[in-house]
Amino acid sequence: MANHSGKIFPTPTRETAHYWEGCREHKLRLQCCVSCGKHQFYPRSVCSHCLGDQLRWIEASGAGKVISFTLVRRAVSEAYKADTPYVVALVQLDEGPTMMSNVERCTPESVEIGMRVTAFFEEWSEEISIPKFCPI
Amino acid sequence: MTSLSGKVAIVGAADTEVGILPGVGATQLCVDAACRALSDAGISKDQVDGLVTCNSMAEPYMYHAEAIAEYIQIFPRYCISASAGGGTTFSILHHAASAILTGMCHTVLISMADTLRSGLSREQAMLMQSATGHGQFERPYGPTVPAYYALIAQAHMAQYGTTQEQFAQIAVACRKHAALNPAAQMREPITVEDVINSRLIADPLHLLDCSLVSDGGSAVILTSAERAVDFPHSPVYLLGVGEGHGHEHISQAQSLTTSAAVESGQRAYAMAGLEPKDMDLAQLYDCFTPTVLLELEDLGFCDKGEGGAFVESGAIELGGALPVNTHGGLLSHCHPGNPGSMFALTETVAQLRGVAGERQVDGAAVAMVHAQGGIMSSHTSVILGRETA
Repeated sequence: MANHSGKIFPTPTRETAHYWEGCREHKLRLQCCVSCGKHQFYPRSVCSHCLGDQLRWIEASGAGKVISFTLVRRAVSEAYKADTPYVVALVQLDEGPTMMSNVERCTPESVEIGMRVTAFFEEWSEEISIPKFCPI
Repeated sequence: MTSLSGKVAIVGAADTEVGILPGVGATQLCVDAACRALSDAGISKDQVDGLVTCNSMAEPYMYHAEAIAEYIQIFPRYCISASAGGGTTFSILHHAASAILTGMCHTVLISMADTLRSGLSREQAMLMQSATGHGQFERPYGPTVPAYYALIAQAHMAQYGTTQEQFAQIAVACRKHAALNPAAQMREPITVEDVINSRLIADPLHLLDCSLVSDGGSAVILTSAERAVDFPHSPVYLLGVGEGHGHEHISQAQSLTTSAAVESGQRAYAMAGLEPKDMDLAQLYDCFTPTVLLELEDLGFCDKGEGGAFVESGAIELGGALPVNTHGGLLSHCHPGNPGSMFALTETVAQLRGVAGERQVDGAAVAMVHAQGGIMSSHTSVILGRETA
Protein backbone atom coordinates (compact mmCIF):
# COMPACT_ATOMS: atom_id res chain seq x y z
CA MET A 1 0.00 0.00 0.00
CA ALA A 2 1.54 3.32 -1.09
CA ASN A 3 1.82 6.07 1.49
CA HIS A 4 -1.17 8.39 1.39
CA SER A 5 -0.70 9.93 4.81
CA GLY A 6 -1.56 13.60 4.97
CA LYS A 7 -4.11 13.30 2.18
CA ILE A 8 -7.72 14.17 2.83
CA PHE A 9 -9.33 10.90 3.91
CA PRO A 10 -13.10 10.57 3.70
CA THR A 11 -14.90 9.92 6.99
CA PRO A 12 -17.82 7.58 6.27
CA THR A 13 -21.14 8.32 7.95
CA ARG A 14 -24.29 6.24 8.33
CA GLU A 15 -25.46 7.57 4.94
CA THR A 16 -22.26 6.76 3.14
CA ALA A 17 -20.85 3.71 4.95
CA HIS A 18 -22.28 1.23 2.45
CA TYR A 19 -20.67 3.14 -0.41
CA TRP A 20 -17.24 3.10 1.25
CA GLU A 21 -17.63 -0.58 2.22
CA GLY A 22 -18.31 -1.22 -1.48
CA CYS A 23 -15.14 0.65 -2.44
CA ARG A 24 -13.17 -1.52 -0.03
CA GLU A 25 -14.51 -4.52 -1.99
CA HIS A 26 -13.71 -2.71 -5.26
CA LYS A 27 -17.36 -2.19 -6.10
CA LEU A 28 -18.75 1.21 -7.09
CA ARG A 29 -22.18 1.50 -5.50
CA LEU A 30 -24.94 3.95 -6.35
CA GLN A 31 -28.34 4.52 -4.81
CA CYS A 32 -31.47 3.92 -6.87
CA CYS A 33 -34.86 5.23 -5.74
CA VAL A 34 -37.56 2.56 -5.35
CA SER A 35 -40.30 5.17 -5.99
CA CYS A 36 -39.01 7.04 -9.06
CA GLY A 37 -36.30 4.70 -10.31
CA LYS A 38 -33.63 7.40 -10.62
CA HIS A 39 -29.99 6.95 -9.59
CA GLN A 40 -28.14 9.39 -7.40
CA PHE A 41 -24.62 10.20 -6.31
CA TYR A 42 -23.43 11.17 -3.70
CA PRO A 43 -25.30 8.91 -1.27
CA ARG A 44 -28.12 10.58 0.64
CA SER A 45 -30.74 9.60 3.17
CA VAL A 46 -33.51 10.47 0.70
CA CYS A 47 -33.91 10.55 -3.07
CA SER A 48 -32.89 14.02 -4.29
CA HIS A 49 -35.40 13.76 -7.16
CA CYS A 50 -38.62 12.84 -5.29
CA LEU A 51 -37.56 12.76 -1.60
CA GLY A 52 -38.53 9.08 -1.49
CA ASP A 53 -36.87 7.37 1.45
CA GLN A 54 -36.75 3.86 -0.01
CA LEU A 55 -33.35 3.66 -1.65
CA ARG A 56 -31.73 0.49 -2.85
CA TRP A 57 -28.06 0.11 -3.60
CA ILE A 58 -26.94 -1.08 -7.00
CA GLU A 59 -23.48 -1.85 -8.27
CA ALA A 60 -22.56 0.56 -11.05
CA SER A 61 -20.76 -0.71 -14.12
CA GLY A 62 -17.89 1.65 -13.32
CA ALA A 63 -17.90 2.93 -16.88
CA GLY A 64 -18.41 6.55 -17.78
CA LYS A 65 -17.02 9.49 -19.68
CA VAL A 66 -15.00 12.56 -18.77
CA ILE A 67 -17.21 15.65 -18.97
CA SER A 68 -14.48 18.01 -17.80
CA PHE A 69 -10.99 17.83 -16.34
CA THR A 70 -7.97 19.84 -15.31
CA LEU A 71 -4.32 19.10 -14.68
CA VAL A 72 -3.55 20.34 -11.18
CA ARG A 73 0.01 21.67 -11.21
CA ARG A 74 -0.07 23.51 -7.88
CA ALA A 75 -1.07 20.82 -5.37
CA VAL A 76 -3.65 21.55 -2.70
CA SER A 77 -1.20 20.54 0.05
CA GLU A 78 2.19 18.95 0.61
CA ALA A 79 0.68 15.45 0.67
CA TYR A 80 -0.51 15.79 -2.93
CA LYS A 81 2.68 17.39 -4.25
CA ALA A 82 4.35 14.17 -5.40
CA ASP A 83 1.33 13.43 -7.63
CA THR A 84 1.53 16.69 -9.67
CA PRO A 85 0.49 17.17 -12.34
CA TYR A 86 -2.61 15.15 -11.39
CA VAL A 87 -5.90 15.04 -13.26
CA VAL A 88 -9.03 16.13 -11.40
CA ALA A 89 -12.00 15.19 -13.55
CA LEU A 90 -15.77 15.09 -13.53
CA VAL A 91 -16.91 11.68 -14.72
CA GLN A 92 -20.46 11.06 -15.79
CA LEU A 93 -21.27 7.44 -15.05
CA ASP A 94 -23.24 5.45 -17.61
CA GLU A 95 -26.02 5.21 -15.00
CA GLY A 96 -26.40 9.04 -15.09
CA PRO A 97 -24.84 10.64 -11.99
CA THR A 98 -21.61 12.63 -12.12
CA MET A 99 -18.73 12.24 -9.68
CA MET A 100 -15.40 13.94 -9.16
CA SER A 101 -12.34 11.74 -9.35
CA ASN A 102 -8.80 11.44 -10.59
CA VAL A 103 -8.00 9.97 -14.02
CA GLU A 104 -4.81 7.95 -13.78
CA ARG A 105 -2.88 5.10 -15.46
CA CYS A 106 -2.35 7.33 -18.51
CA THR A 107 -0.31 10.42 -19.29
CA PRO A 108 -2.19 13.42 -17.85
CA GLU A 109 -1.83 15.26 -21.17
CA SER A 110 -3.77 12.50 -22.97
CA VAL A 111 -6.99 13.11 -21.01
CA GLU A 112 -9.75 14.84 -22.96
CA ILE A 113 -13.44 15.64 -22.67
CA GLY A 114 -15.56 12.77 -23.94
CA MET A 115 -12.91 10.16 -23.10
CA ARG A 116 -14.38 6.83 -21.97
CA VAL A 117 -13.09 5.72 -18.60
CA THR A 118 -13.63 2.93 -16.10
CA ALA A 119 -13.28 2.78 -12.33
CA PHE A 120 -10.46 1.22 -10.38
CA PHE A 121 -9.72 1.41 -6.68
CA GLU A 122 -6.69 2.76 -4.86
CA GLU A 123 -6.18 1.46 -1.34
CA TRP A 124 -5.37 4.26 1.08
CA SER A 125 -5.79 2.31 4.33
CA GLU A 126 -7.36 -0.90 5.62
CA GLU A 127 -10.75 0.86 5.70
CA ILE A 128 -10.57 3.30 2.81
CA SER A 129 -10.19 2.57 -0.89
CA ILE A 130 -10.68 5.49 -3.26
CA PRO A 131 -12.44 5.03 -6.60
CA LYS A 132 -10.44 6.48 -9.48
CA PHE A 133 -10.73 6.16 -13.23
CA CYS A 134 -8.54 5.15 -16.16
CA PRO A 135 -9.11 5.16 -19.92
CA ILE A 136 -10.96 2.13 -21.27
CA MET B 1 -45.53 42.14 -3.39
CA THR B 2 -43.45 45.09 -2.24
CA SER B 3 -40.48 45.79 -4.47
CA LEU B 4 -37.19 47.13 -3.17
CA SER B 5 -36.69 49.12 -6.34
CA GLY B 6 -35.71 52.73 -5.64
CA LYS B 7 -36.53 52.49 -1.92
CA VAL B 8 -33.07 52.01 -0.45
CA ALA B 9 -29.83 53.85 -1.17
CA ILE B 10 -26.13 53.75 -0.41
CA VAL B 11 -25.13 56.97 1.32
CA GLY B 12 -21.63 56.16 2.47
CA ALA B 13 -18.83 54.05 0.99
CA ALA B 14 -15.14 53.65 1.73
CA ASP B 15 -12.22 51.25 1.49
CA THR B 16 -9.23 50.78 3.74
CA GLU B 17 -5.76 50.57 2.33
CA VAL B 18 -5.50 47.23 0.50
CA GLY B 19 -2.78 44.85 -0.64
CA ILE B 20 -0.15 43.47 1.69
CA LEU B 21 -0.60 44.83 5.22
CA PRO B 22 1.52 42.78 7.62
CA GLY B 23 0.64 43.03 11.28
CA VAL B 24 -2.81 44.55 10.72
CA GLY B 25 -5.60 42.39 12.14
CA ALA B 26 -8.80 41.68 10.21
CA THR B 27 -10.88 43.11 13.07
CA GLN B 28 -8.92 46.34 13.01
CA LEU B 29 -9.39 46.58 9.23
CA CYS B 30 -13.13 45.94 9.54
CA VAL B 31 -13.40 48.75 12.08
CA ASP B 32 -11.20 51.03 9.96
CA ALA B 33 -13.52 50.46 6.98
CA ALA B 34 -16.56 51.15 9.16
CA CYS B 35 -15.15 54.44 10.47
CA ARG B 36 -14.25 55.60 6.97
CA ALA B 37 -17.74 54.81 5.65
CA LEU B 38 -19.36 56.65 8.58
CA SER B 39 -17.17 59.63 7.85
CA ASP B 40 -18.06 59.49 4.12
CA ALA B 41 -21.75 59.44 5.06
CA GLY B 42 -21.22 62.26 7.53
CA ILE B 43 -22.94 60.46 10.40
CA SER B 44 -21.96 59.37 13.90
CA LYS B 45 -21.83 55.74 14.97
CA ASP B 46 -24.92 56.26 17.13
CA GLN B 47 -27.01 56.82 14.03
CA VAL B 48 -26.33 53.23 12.94
CA ASP B 49 -29.05 50.85 14.09
CA GLY B 50 -28.17 47.91 11.85
CA LEU B 51 -24.82 46.16 11.43
CA VAL B 52 -23.97 43.40 8.99
CA THR B 53 -20.51 41.86 8.64
CA CYS B 54 -19.01 38.67 7.31
CA ASN B 55 -16.73 36.51 9.39
CA SER B 56 -12.99 36.68 8.86
CA MET B 57 -10.94 33.57 8.06
CA ALA B 58 -7.78 35.02 9.59
CA GLU B 59 -9.41 36.38 12.77
CA PRO B 60 -12.74 34.59 13.13
CA TYR B 61 -15.34 35.10 15.85
CA MET B 62 -18.29 32.92 16.79
CA TYR B 63 -20.40 36.11 16.66
CA HIS B 64 -18.54 38.38 14.29
CA ALA B 65 -21.00 41.24 13.94
CA GLU B 66 -21.41 41.37 17.71
CA ALA B 67 -17.63 41.53 18.08
CA ILE B 68 -17.44 44.50 15.71
CA ALA B 69 -20.38 46.24 17.44
CA GLU B 70 -18.67 45.70 20.79
CA TYR B 71 -15.33 47.02 19.47
CA ILE B 72 -16.87 50.35 18.45
CA GLN B 73 -19.51 50.29 21.21
CA ILE B 74 -22.65 50.46 19.13
CA PHE B 75 -25.85 48.72 20.17
CA PRO B 76 -27.80 47.99 16.99
CA ARG B 77 -31.25 46.46 16.83
CA TYR B 78 -30.31 44.43 13.75
CA CYS B 79 -26.94 42.70 13.91
CA ILE B 80 -25.80 39.68 11.94
CA SER B 81 -22.81 38.23 10.16
CA ALA B 82 -23.49 36.41 6.93
CA SER B 83 -21.50 34.20 4.65
CA ALA B 84 -22.05 33.25 1.03
CA GLY B 85 -18.40 33.10 0.04
CA GLY B 86 -17.60 35.53 -2.74
CA GLY B 87 -21.30 36.25 -3.07
CA THR B 88 -21.49 37.63 0.47
CA THR B 89 -21.39 41.33 -0.42
CA PHE B 90 -24.48 41.43 -2.60
CA SER B 91 -26.34 38.80 -0.65
CA ILE B 92 -25.83 40.98 2.44
CA LEU B 93 -26.89 44.07 0.50
CA HIS B 94 -30.11 42.29 -0.47
CA HIS B 95 -30.83 41.29 3.14
CA ALA B 96 -29.89 44.68 4.60
CA ALA B 97 -32.11 46.49 2.09
CA SER B 98 -34.96 44.15 3.00
CA ALA B 99 -34.38 44.84 6.69
CA ILE B 100 -34.71 48.58 6.06
CA LEU B 101 -37.83 48.12 3.98
CA THR B 102 -39.54 45.98 6.61
CA GLY B 103 -38.66 48.43 9.38
CA MET B 104 -36.22 46.18 11.21
CA CYS B 105 -33.80 49.12 11.19
CA HIS B 106 -33.22 52.44 9.44
CA THR B 107 -29.51 52.81 8.80
CA VAL B 108 -27.29 49.80 8.18
CA LEU B 109 -23.54 49.67 8.28
CA ILE B 110 -22.13 46.84 6.18
CA SER B 111 -18.48 46.31 6.94
CA MET B 112 -16.25 43.48 5.77
CA ALA B 113 -12.51 42.81 5.95
CA ASP B 114 -10.00 40.00 5.98
CA THR B 115 -6.28 39.44 5.88
CA LEU B 116 -5.86 36.33 3.74
CA ARG B 117 -2.45 37.54 2.61
CA SER B 118 -0.76 38.39 5.89
CA GLY B 119 -3.02 36.73 8.45
CA LEU B 120 -2.78 33.19 7.05
CA SER B 121 0.05 31.12 5.61
CA ARG B 122 -0.17 30.29 1.89
CA GLU B 123 -0.94 26.67 2.79
CA GLN B 124 -3.65 27.65 5.30
CA ALA B 125 -5.31 29.98 2.79
CA MET B 126 -5.35 27.28 0.10
CA LEU B 127 -6.71 24.58 2.39
CA MET B 128 -9.39 26.83 3.88
CA GLN B 129 -10.64 27.88 0.49
CA SER B 130 -10.53 24.43 -1.08
CA ALA B 131 -12.64 23.24 1.87
CA THR B 132 -15.60 24.38 -0.21
CA GLY B 133 -15.25 20.93 -1.80
CA HIS B 134 -17.18 17.92 -0.52
CA GLY B 135 -15.28 16.28 2.31
CA GLN B 136 -15.95 12.71 1.17
CA PHE B 137 -16.57 12.99 -2.55
CA GLU B 138 -14.34 15.80 -3.83
CA ARG B 139 -11.55 16.78 -1.46
CA PRO B 140 -9.80 13.38 -1.34
CA TYR B 141 -8.96 13.89 -5.04
CA GLY B 142 -6.86 16.98 -4.25
CA PRO B 143 -8.81 19.70 -6.07
CA THR B 144 -7.82 23.32 -5.49
CA VAL B 145 -10.05 26.34 -5.99
CA PRO B 146 -8.38 27.11 -9.34
CA ALA B 147 -9.02 23.47 -10.31
CA TYR B 148 -12.76 23.79 -9.68
CA TYR B 149 -12.92 26.81 -11.98
CA ALA B 150 -10.62 25.14 -14.50
CA LEU B 151 -13.31 22.44 -14.86
CA ILE B 152 -15.73 25.17 -15.90
CA ALA B 153 -13.23 26.80 -18.26
CA GLN B 154 -12.34 23.50 -19.92
CA ALA B 155 -15.99 22.64 -20.48
CA HIS B 156 -16.67 26.07 -21.99
CA MET B 157 -13.68 25.71 -24.32
CA ALA B 158 -14.88 22.28 -25.47
CA GLN B 159 -18.49 23.36 -25.93
CA TYR B 160 -18.03 26.80 -27.51
CA GLY B 161 -14.46 26.95 -28.81
CA THR B 162 -13.46 29.59 -26.26
CA THR B 163 -9.67 30.06 -26.12
CA GLN B 164 -7.10 30.66 -23.39
CA GLU B 165 -6.26 33.94 -25.11
CA GLN B 166 -9.86 35.09 -24.70
CA PHE B 167 -9.79 34.29 -20.97
CA ALA B 168 -6.46 36.14 -20.78
CA GLN B 169 -8.05 39.21 -22.33
CA ILE B 170 -10.14 39.61 -19.17
CA ALA B 171 -7.02 39.71 -16.96
CA VAL B 172 -5.49 42.26 -19.33
CA ALA B 173 -8.58 44.52 -19.13
CA CYS B 174 -8.68 44.38 -15.33
CA ARG B 175 -5.00 45.25 -15.12
CA LYS B 176 -5.46 48.11 -17.55
CA HIS B 177 -8.11 49.52 -15.22
CA ALA B 178 -6.00 48.90 -12.12
CA ALA B 179 -3.20 50.88 -13.72
CA LEU B 180 -5.52 53.90 -13.46
CA ASN B 181 -6.35 53.16 -9.81
CA PRO B 182 -3.77 54.37 -7.28
CA ALA B 183 -5.26 52.04 -4.63
CA ALA B 184 -4.83 48.83 -6.65
CA GLN B 185 -2.43 46.13 -5.50
CA MET B 186 -1.15 45.29 -9.02
CA ARG B 187 -0.79 48.18 -11.47
CA GLU B 188 1.87 47.11 -13.99
CA PRO B 189 0.16 46.62 -17.38
CA ILE B 190 0.17 43.07 -18.78
CA THR B 191 -0.45 41.53 -22.20
CA VAL B 192 -2.26 38.40 -23.35
CA GLU B 193 1.18 36.85 -23.90
CA ASP B 194 2.16 37.64 -20.31
CA VAL B 195 -0.91 35.74 -19.09
CA ILE B 196 -0.32 32.75 -21.37
CA ASN B 197 3.37 32.66 -20.47
CA SER B 198 2.70 32.79 -16.73
CA ARG B 199 2.91 29.52 -14.80
CA LEU B 200 0.08 27.02 -15.32
CA ILE B 201 -1.80 26.49 -12.04
CA ALA B 202 -4.63 24.19 -13.17
CA ASP B 203 -4.99 23.85 -16.95
CA PRO B 204 -6.11 26.02 -18.70
CA LEU B 205 -5.69 28.59 -15.90
CA HIS B 206 -2.39 30.39 -15.61
CA LEU B 207 -1.19 32.35 -12.61
CA LEU B 208 -2.43 35.62 -14.15
CA ASP B 209 -5.90 34.11 -14.74
CA CYS B 210 -6.19 33.84 -10.95
CA SER B 211 -7.21 36.61 -8.57
CA LEU B 212 -4.89 38.08 -5.98
CA VAL B 213 -4.58 37.14 -2.33
CA SER B 214 -4.82 40.32 -0.30
CA ASP B 215 -5.55 42.12 2.93
CA GLY B 216 -8.22 44.78 2.95
CA GLY B 217 -11.55 46.04 4.16
CA SER B 218 -14.46 48.02 2.84
CA ALA B 219 -17.78 49.33 4.13
CA VAL B 220 -20.98 51.00 3.00
CA ILE B 221 -23.89 52.72 4.73
CA LEU B 222 -27.40 51.93 3.56
CA THR B 223 -30.61 53.76 4.39
CA SER B 224 -34.10 54.39 3.04
CA ALA B 225 -34.51 56.55 -0.08
CA GLU B 226 -36.46 59.12 1.98
CA ARG B 227 -33.60 59.56 4.45
CA ALA B 228 -30.91 59.29 1.77
CA VAL B 229 -31.45 62.81 0.42
CA ASP B 230 -30.23 64.31 3.72
CA PHE B 231 -26.70 62.92 3.35
CA PRO B 232 -23.74 64.89 1.94
CA HIS B 233 -23.22 62.74 -1.20
CA SER B 234 -25.74 61.97 -3.92
CA PRO B 235 -27.45 58.70 -3.02
CA VAL B 236 -26.86 55.58 -5.09
CA TYR B 237 -30.14 53.72 -5.34
CA LEU B 238 -30.83 50.00 -5.48
CA LEU B 239 -32.97 49.59 -8.56
CA GLY B 240 -33.05 45.83 -8.79
CA VAL B 241 -31.83 42.80 -6.87
CA GLY B 242 -32.07 39.12 -7.68
CA GLU B 243 -30.56 35.89 -6.48
CA GLY B 244 -30.01 32.50 -8.06
CA HIS B 245 -28.77 29.37 -6.32
CA GLY B 246 -27.69 26.30 -8.23
CA HIS B 247 -25.63 23.89 -6.14
CA GLU B 248 -22.86 23.85 -3.58
CA HIS B 249 -20.43 21.37 -5.11
CA ILE B 250 -19.29 21.71 -8.71
CA SER B 251 -19.66 17.96 -9.23
CA GLN B 252 -23.40 18.46 -8.59
CA ALA B 253 -23.86 21.39 -11.01
CA GLN B 254 -26.78 21.12 -13.43
CA SER B 255 -24.54 22.70 -16.07
CA LEU B 256 -20.85 23.58 -16.08
CA THR B 257 -21.23 26.32 -18.67
CA THR B 258 -24.49 28.06 -17.65
CA SER B 259 -24.90 29.24 -14.07
CA ALA B 260 -27.67 30.50 -11.79
CA ALA B 261 -26.49 34.02 -12.74
CA VAL B 262 -29.14 33.63 -15.45
CA GLU B 263 -31.87 33.62 -12.79
CA SER B 264 -30.27 36.23 -10.53
CA GLY B 265 -29.82 38.56 -13.49
CA GLN B 266 -33.34 38.09 -14.82
CA ARG B 267 -34.80 38.77 -11.37
CA ALA B 268 -32.73 41.94 -10.95
CA TYR B 269 -33.58 43.25 -14.45
CA ALA B 270 -37.27 42.53 -13.89
CA MET B 271 -37.32 44.42 -10.58
CA ALA B 272 -35.49 47.39 -12.09
CA GLY B 273 -37.48 47.34 -15.32
CA LEU B 274 -34.18 47.54 -17.18
CA GLU B 275 -32.26 45.42 -19.67
CA PRO B 276 -28.60 44.52 -20.12
CA LYS B 277 -28.25 47.18 -22.85
CA ASP B 278 -29.22 49.85 -20.29
CA MET B 279 -26.12 49.21 -18.16
CA ASP B 280 -23.33 51.78 -18.43
CA LEU B 281 -20.84 49.54 -16.70
CA ALA B 282 -20.65 46.26 -14.81
CA GLN B 283 -18.59 44.92 -11.96
CA LEU B 284 -18.51 41.14 -12.32
CA TYR B 285 -17.01 38.65 -9.92
CA ASP B 286 -13.57 37.74 -11.24
CA CYS B 287 -12.01 35.19 -8.92
CA PHE B 288 -10.73 33.63 -12.15
CA THR B 289 -11.00 34.92 -15.70
CA PRO B 290 -13.57 32.30 -16.90
CA THR B 291 -15.96 33.45 -14.15
CA VAL B 292 -16.32 36.83 -15.87
CA LEU B 293 -16.82 35.23 -19.27
CA LEU B 294 -19.70 33.07 -18.00
CA GLU B 295 -21.25 36.01 -16.16
CA LEU B 296 -21.17 38.20 -19.29
CA GLU B 297 -23.16 35.50 -21.08
CA ASP B 298 -25.48 34.54 -18.23
CA LEU B 299 -26.32 38.18 -17.41
CA GLY B 300 -27.29 38.75 -21.03
CA PHE B 301 -24.50 41.06 -22.16
CA CYS B 302 -23.82 38.68 -25.05
CA ASP B 303 -25.24 35.39 -26.30
CA LYS B 304 -24.28 32.07 -24.73
CA GLY B 305 -21.00 30.94 -26.24
CA GLU B 306 -20.15 34.44 -27.47
CA GLY B 307 -18.30 35.55 -24.32
CA GLY B 308 -14.91 34.92 -25.91
CA ALA B 309 -15.61 37.09 -28.94
CA PHE B 310 -17.19 39.75 -26.70
CA VAL B 311 -14.09 40.20 -24.54
CA GLU B 312 -11.81 40.00 -27.57
CA SER B 313 -13.64 42.97 -29.09
CA GLY B 314 -12.46 45.20 -26.26
CA ALA B 315 -16.03 45.75 -25.07
CA ILE B 316 -15.14 45.28 -21.39
CA GLU B 317 -12.36 47.87 -21.32
CA LEU B 318 -12.86 51.50 -20.34
CA GLY B 319 -14.06 53.20 -23.51
CA GLY B 320 -15.74 49.96 -24.65
CA ALA B 321 -19.45 49.17 -24.80
CA LEU B 322 -19.54 47.76 -21.25
CA PRO B 323 -16.56 48.63 -19.06
CA VAL B 324 -16.12 45.81 -16.53
CA ASN B 325 -14.29 45.94 -13.21
CA THR B 326 -13.24 49.54 -13.57
CA HIS B 327 -11.23 49.41 -10.32
CA GLY B 328 -9.20 46.40 -11.44
CA GLY B 329 -11.32 43.71 -9.84
CA LEU B 330 -10.19 40.79 -7.75
CA LEU B 331 -7.65 40.08 -10.48
CA SER B 332 -5.70 43.32 -10.04
CA HIS B 333 -7.20 45.60 -7.37
CA CYS B 334 -7.36 43.24 -4.39
CA HIS B 335 -8.98 40.05 -3.13
CA PRO B 336 -9.14 39.54 0.62
CA GLY B 337 -11.60 36.62 0.32
CA ASN B 338 -15.28 36.95 1.22
CA PRO B 339 -15.18 40.80 1.34
CA GLY B 340 -13.86 40.85 -2.27
CA SER B 341 -16.93 42.31 -3.96
CA MET B 342 -17.24 45.15 -1.45
CA PHE B 343 -14.61 46.95 -3.50
CA ALA B 344 -16.69 46.45 -6.66
CA LEU B 345 -19.55 48.03 -4.74
CA THR B 346 -17.62 51.05 -3.46
CA GLU B 347 -16.13 51.52 -6.96
CA THR B 348 -19.64 51.52 -8.40
CA VAL B 349 -20.69 54.14 -5.86
CA ALA B 350 -17.71 56.27 -6.96
CA GLN B 351 -18.62 55.78 -10.64
CA LEU B 352 -22.26 56.74 -10.06
CA ARG B 353 -21.22 59.76 -7.99
CA GLY B 354 -18.98 60.70 -10.92
CA VAL B 355 -15.83 60.82 -8.80
CA ALA B 356 -13.85 57.87 -10.20
CA GLY B 357 -11.10 60.11 -11.58
CA GLU B 358 -9.11 58.78 -14.50
CA ARG B 359 -11.27 55.67 -14.69
CA GLN B 360 -14.59 57.48 -14.68
CA VAL B 361 -17.09 56.07 -17.18
CA ASP B 362 -18.57 59.12 -18.89
CA GLY B 363 -22.15 59.74 -17.85
CA ALA B 364 -22.37 56.56 -15.76
CA ALA B 365 -25.96 56.40 -14.49
CA VAL B 366 -26.79 52.70 -14.14
CA ALA B 367 -24.56 49.76 -13.26
CA MET B 368 -24.85 46.00 -12.83
CA VAL B 369 -22.85 44.50 -9.99
CA HIS B 370 -22.75 40.75 -9.63
CA ALA B 371 -21.01 38.27 -7.40
CA GLN B 372 -21.10 34.58 -6.82
CA GLY B 373 -19.94 32.40 -4.02
CA GLY B 374 -18.75 28.82 -3.97
CA ILE B 375 -18.01 27.38 -7.39
CA MET B 376 -20.55 29.34 -9.47
CA SER B 377 -22.96 28.36 -6.68
CA SER B 378 -24.64 31.32 -4.98
CA HIS B 379 -25.38 34.31 -7.22
CA THR B 380 -26.65 37.81 -6.44
CA SER B 381 -27.09 40.53 -9.08
CA VAL B 382 -27.72 44.13 -8.10
CA ILE B 383 -28.59 47.06 -10.37
CA LEU B 384 -27.58 50.43 -8.97
CA GLY B 385 -28.47 53.85 -10.30
CA ARG B 386 -28.06 57.59 -9.80
CA GLU B 387 -31.82 58.13 -10.01
CA THR B 388 -34.67 56.19 -8.43
CA ALA B 389 -36.21 55.30 -11.78
